[in-house]
Amino acid sequence: MSQLFDHTWSLMRFILRRDRVRLPIWILSFAFVSAGVVLVFENLYGDDIERQALSETMENPAMIAMVGPNYGGMDYTTGAMTAHEMLLMTAAVVALMNILLVSRHTRGDEEEGRLELVRALPVGRLSTTAAVLGVLAGVNALLALVTGVSMAALGVDSVDFHGSILFGAALGATGWLFAAFTTVIAQLTQNARATTGLSIAALLAFYMIRAIGDVMSEPLALSSPLGWILRAKPYIENEWWPVGLSLGLALALSILALYLNSIRDHDSGFLPTRAGRTTASSMLQGTFGLAFRLQRTSLIAWAVAMFILGASYGSVLGEIESFFDDIDLFQQLIVQQAGFSLIELFIPVLSSVMAILASIPAIMVVLKIKTEEKNERMEHLVSRSVSRVRLVFSYWLLASLTAVTMLAMTGLGLGIAGNSVLEDSLSFNTYLGAPLAYLPAVLIMIGLALAFIGYWPNIASFLWLYLGVSFFVVYLGELLQLPEWVEKLTPYGHIPAIPLDEVNYGMLALMVAIAAALALAGAYGFRRRDLQN
Amino acid sequence: MTVVKTQGLSKTFGDFKALDGVDIEVKEGEVFGFIGPNGAGKSTTLRVLLGILKASEGSAEIFGKDVWKDAVDIHKRVAYVPGDVNLWPNLTGGEVIDLFGRLRGGYDKKRRDELISRFGLDPSKKCRTYSKGNRQKVALIAAFSADADLYIFDEPTSGLDPLMERVFSEYVDEAKAQGKSILLSSHILSEVEKLCDRVAIIRKGRIIETGTLKEMRHLTGSLMFIETHQPIPDLAELPGVHRVQAFDGGWSFQVDSDELDAVVRHLSAFGLKRMESRPPTLEDLFIRHYEETETGAGGGV
Repeated sequence: MSQLFDHTWSLMRFILRRDRVRLPIWILSFAFVSAGVVLVFENLYGDDIERQALSETMENPAMIAMVGPNYGGMDYTTGAMTAHEMLLMTAAVVALMNILLVSRHTRGDEEEGRLELVRALPVGRLSTTAAVLGVLAGVNALLALVTGVSMAALGVDSVDFHGSILFGAALGATGWLFAAFTTVIAQLTQNARATTGLSIAALLAFYMIRAIGDVMSEPLALSSPLGWILRAKPYIENEWWPVGLSLGLALALSILALYLNSIRDHDSGFLPTRAGRTTASSMLQGTFGLAFRLQRTSLIAWAVAMFILGASYGSVLGEIESFFDDIDLFQQLIVQQAGFSLIELFIPVLSSVMAILASIPAIMVVLKIKTEEKNERMEHLVSRSVSRVRLVFSYWLLASLTAVTMLAMTGLGLGIAGNSVLEDSLSFNTYLGAPLAYLPAVLIMIGLALAFIGYWPNIASFLWLYLGVSFFVVYLGELLQLPEWVEKLTPYGHIPAIPLDEVNYGMLALMVAIAAALALAGAYGFRRRDLQN
Repeated sequence: MTVVKTQGLSKTFGDFKALDGVDIEVKEGEVFGFIGPNGAGKSTTLRVLLGILKASEGSAEIFGKDVWKDAVDIHKRVAYVPGDVNLWPNLTGGEVIDLFGRLRGGYDKKRRDELISRFGLDPSKKCRTYSKGNRQKVALIAAFSADADLYIFDEPTSGLDPLMERVFSEYVDEAKAQGKSILLSSHILSEVEKLCDRVAIIRKGRIIETGTLKEMRHLTGSLMFIETHQPIPDLAELPGVHRVQAFDGGWSFQVDSDELDAVVRHLSAFGLKRMESRPPTLEDLFIRHYEETETGAGGGV
């Protein structure tokens, strides 16, 4: 029995060594963001009246569904505000971190055959799983402590030590719970992708259950780990039982995971694996079919996510008028213009943000070329009678179709949810037109991605940096009062705000032409260079 | 008729010269073996031939067309199996084989199924669950179900079991019987010896020997083992004698063909008790070439 856990300690040190950069970054980002939000809120909403106004806008169902019930009420201090608005989202991201880490160190290693090498050494049969659980227990405890202490150390009156530590502990407990949960899933499924996918799906389901529960039924909300952890209510009621419940359940799941690990074979899972197709479907006819088939699941997930994003923005449209009257910060975001309702002013701002997010899957489609090349799978294609130009064109076409679909999904979500909460419905032309107007900008990003692939494939990731800067400039440009030319540095800054602005078709046509030129240049470069691996 | 022809083919990666003037020629209907140790430039040559890498200097032609400019046309008649087969983890083996067939513009469905059963592949499994050998089978099935005129294999049997190696040899023989050309790179010398008509040895990006096995054997000479009544003091110093080793109470060594007569005469003076001779295996040829070039031209020539 004792042999089962031989060398767990050395394996834990090995995991820490492998993740010596990743783990500190994760932990410090959570501490930094949580403490940062306290400071931002303290500075932005200095007096009780402003905070009370914000508290009231938090009382509507849409906001409760998004961030959880407002337990501050009349006592909406900076501390309560931070915990109420941040705990759920931060806990969900901590859970995501744990899912990714566990999946990598359990099924990921097993699938790649690395675990086999370790298991061939004199280490216990359960040591690897125990080591992962042990490391993550430590990581989450440290995360709880560092986050709690950083928040308390700011010296903001309402952000006291007890509440801060509870806030941190709620994050850490949720984190370890999802670590243990993912370890169980890792025993059931047969590969890392399925482990990550199923665990994230469960996380989303827990989020949805909580959202519905918080709006409609308390017991339902309490059945979700993300629901009960919100009942800790840091800074106001300071309840510790939710943390205890999460930790207890995490311990039980850890034991279950170890038990399942001890009774299963290496490289096998408990969930049955479906036999795949023995022949290719008629969709899988060539390079375009392959490009789509490879990314089908992730593209469908993105489309659903884009719809939900649009819908969640849409669901708050009804609250916007009161929202804006009370908070002058957000008024600066939107240039006031006569003749339009506040909602119509708000749609282009939302669209610009959604368009930048919708660019992510489109760019990912193009950068997939690089992954395929690096993994030497491109060789199978180019060593057959497939020209590189045709290959690149397939990916370009898929990326462009992705862009159209994703933009349309955000508009659709916005429209369906928006019109269900608004008294005066807006036309779907507005809802769909505003995001789709960004198509030329997304096409330029796709063209840029292709140009990178064609000439500098190794630094193609810089495109993400450019996208990040674009997001920053478009989202905060007005608020930070950046000069106009800064906004023009990104393609998104050249798009008319529909329905406010006159549409300058010449400008849009020019952007499409630039996008096409970039794509052609990329194809030319790709045609001429060596394939790399 | 020449199917593959390279002249002065060079490829540099930065400062590193991976290929340094490679000349090979594969004729129609022959199986051409391309041997050399890891990192000698075998795969780089094949990748240049497939238009995956662009040659820095020199020319390379397949079917008389430029391998870079006319890659797509050439590939309609070429089937390739890389040494390290990486497949898409979320596609099944069957899907990959069909896709490859369609990318070529059609393939024989019956032959595909026959190949699948001969190689014993389960086509319904996702590629992520395949072992190296099974991934190799997917690529081999796709290649052999194509009606190509030139097959290019880069260490095709690494990862295959001996039974599957035999299946592979059978299909190579079948292709050869149909007058197709095969370019096979390998460092499994027994396989090359068995299958190939002609062989090229590459070392540090240069071809150091080309020819039929018979020609190369003639150049290398025979392997001999002798036992004599009297000791032979100057055996290692004799012209044309290499790799002298004490063995089983006697001496084993290699003799160049043109010195054979003189050596045997000289030895007979010492009173021969036993004398055995066998032709060198490819491994002997290979190792001798390497030892020679490692120690400079010295080595005993």
